[in-house]
This record gives sequence, C-alpha cells and structure tokens, in this order.
Amino acid sequence: MLTVRQLNFYYPNSRPVLKSINLDLHKGNIYGLFGKNGEGKSTLMKIMTGLLFPKSGTCALLGESTKKRNVEALQHVFFVPEDFELPSLSIATFEKVQSPFYPKFSKEQFYELIEEFKLSPANIISKLSFGQKKKVLIAFGLSTNTKVLLMDEPTNGLDIPSKSQFRKVMASAVDEGTCIVISTHQVRDLHSLINHVVILDNAHVVFNQSLETVSEGLWFGKALNPEEPSILYSESSFGGKTILTRNDREETEVDLELLFNGVLSEPNKINTVLKNIHHGTGV
Amino acid sequence: MDFDNGKPIYLQIVDFFYENILIKRWKEDERIPSVREVAMMVEVNPNTAIRAFNHLQDLEVIYNKRGIGYFVSENGYAKVLDIKRKEFMQHMLPDVFKKMILLNISFDDLKNTYNQQENEKK
Repeated sequence: MLTVRQLNFYYPNSRPVLKSINLDLHKGNIYGLFGKNGEGKSTLMKIMTGLLFPKSGTCALLGESTKKRNVEALQHVFFVPEDFELPSLSIATFEKVQSPFYPKFSKEQFYELIEEFKLSPANIISKLSFGQKKKVLIAFGLSTNTKVLLMDEPTNGLDIPSKSQFRKVMASAVDEGTCIVISTHQVRDLHSLINHVVILDNAHVVFNQSLETVSEGLWFGKALNPEEPSILYSESSFGGKTILTRNDREETEVDLELLFNGVLSEPNKINTVLKNIHHGTGV
Repeated sequence: MDFDNGKPIYLQIVDFFYENILIKRWKEDERIPSVREVAMMVEVNPNTAIRAFNHLQDLEVIYNKRGIGYFVSENGYAKVLDIKRKEFMQHMLPDVFKKMILLNISFDDLKNTYNQQENEKK
C-alpha cells in the first residue's frame, strides 16, 4: 500500500532526518513506528501523506507518488497528527465540510464514535479540550475508512478510560483491507494492537519485523543464569529483564519496551537472530 | 483485560475462553462471540484474536460453522476440564510443592487451612 524507496530528507540547515529509508507497508496490519524523540517519525508520516516532499527517493501510496498530491491517491489516506488546529465549527458542521473528500466516509460510524467518546454533534470544536479535539479527529479518521490511516501519538492527551475506548475502537476498525501506522512513545497503551514493529534510529530504519517473527525468534523475561550464552541484551537493573535467543524455550509475549531498548543497543545481534529464523524455516 | 507480562496474549485469550466455558457462561453447542467481538472485548489486534480461535479449534474445544460463527464443541466442557486439570497438576502444583518444602508446610497444615476456609464460606 505504501512503498518507500531510498528516501532522504533533511530540514534546512540541519542534519539528515531520514537517510535511505526503504519500507513496504501492507494491508491487514497495524504498524508500530518507534524511535527516540527527533528521529523522524512524524517527518516520515508527513511525507507519506504528501505534507512534506522527500529530498531524494520516492514515497508511493497505492502506486502514486505522494508528492504529486494526487486526489485519487490522497482520498485513500488519513493522517491524525500529534498537534493540529481545528476550525471553530460544530462537530456536525466539521463532518459536513470534511467528509465529501473521502468516498468511503461513514456518517453513521462517525456519530457512533462521537457518542462513544462522550461528545455531542453540537459541540464547538475550538471550545473543547485538547484530548476531546483529538477524539474528534480520531473518530473522523476512522470513519473515513481510508485504506491507509496514519496516527501520530494518538493516545497523547487521552484520559485513562479513553485509552481503553481507543483500543476497542481500533480493534474493531482494522480489517484485511486497511493499513494502519501508529507512531507512539506510549508503548504500554498500544502494545496489544500492534502486529508489526518498525524502529527508526539515527535517521535509518534499524528494525522492521512482524511480532510473529519476533516471538518466534526471541525470548523475553528474566534469565535465571546471568552468564547464559544466548543472552542478546539485558537490562542491568535489579532483577533485570533480558532478551534471549528463543531456541526451544516456550513462547513469551514480546516486551516492546525491552525490544526497543535492545534494538537500539544491539541492533546487529538481534537482527541476525531474526534473519536466521527466516532462512531456517524457508519463510 | 490486563495482560500478564510473559505469557503470549493469544494464550491469555485462550484462558479467557476456558474460564467462560468452565463457569458455563458459554455452553456446549452455543455460539460464542466472533473474532472481531473478542478483539474488541479484550482490546487486541484481530490477528491476535484469530490465533486464539485457531488454537482452540485445533484442540477441538470450539468449532466453526461456515458463515455462522464459532461454537463450543459438544464435549467442550469436558475437554477444557481435562486441559485445565492437567495444567494444574503439571504446572501449578510443582511450584506449590517447592514452596511447601521451603516453608516447611505439611499436608496436614494444608488440609486444615482448606477445611477452615470451606467452613468460613458456610
């Protein structure tokens, strides 16, 4: 659905933000896009929606270069940015003005979500709190039923019950035809939704694997023996958690935070182990 | 649903099914919630929910009627009871025995505590 090839990007007078990025994002997945602050996650999402242009390389949405801002392509993508300005209109007017851009927009779904988020169509958007505005945009984004949905830190600003509502709504929203990309630091909020992890570091994609592969190849938990030879990465704190090569061990749940830290400090070790599984099983 | 670290989420969903079958909330030959409904209920990616359904189908605890949905197998209750009893005997008891030895707790101590609790319930 989204194809990125040899993409480079830098802001004026600054170091490169993205360097020779290659990515293929497919339908039926929820991608988690991770990286430290300032590693280009938001920039990449803006390029994917045609808000920024690559300095070199390409980014194509359904085969159309996003920098052309082609209507046929853009009607299939929606972006929920981290920061945004919304007009001082009522939710109902906002829906009327914006929805015609998206051919698969479902009015019914939108107002159901608005109700679920405890908002009312008569609310004036500019008078809502940040979290409530975010809910309006999330509800709208989901209701556009676009093939690609990008969300930058969607749970920032949401209160505790809303985070759970958000997960429910997302679990119901994905189907085989959609591709969702979520960039976040709030790993705990979203780890049960994500099924594929992309990590950006130092302007490069340093990790790009499905969680299925990760849990096939790696084991997360406390190692009984600190000298265990299959340790790939360990956190030094008391009772520190470790990543091991799984071998014959029982499957564990992927600890995304640990994986993130592990990949940043031992990218080669971890990637080599996962590469070998693929070769080993002929996948 | 709160997730344990450690145990894969799909297996935690499987446990959620087992519990519903054991307490007879989901009865034999009755339709159970769909993949999507379960995904929403426990707030997970539908792919993860599908894995739990497949696992239970392989164990013949549930079965699929094409186009209608998933049902608890005819002898689903007995199957789950068997699975969970084995799990208790093979995985939970060894840990309990280890602790009993460590803390010097005898079977009589255990029995007394058990009887005491049962009496309190009455």
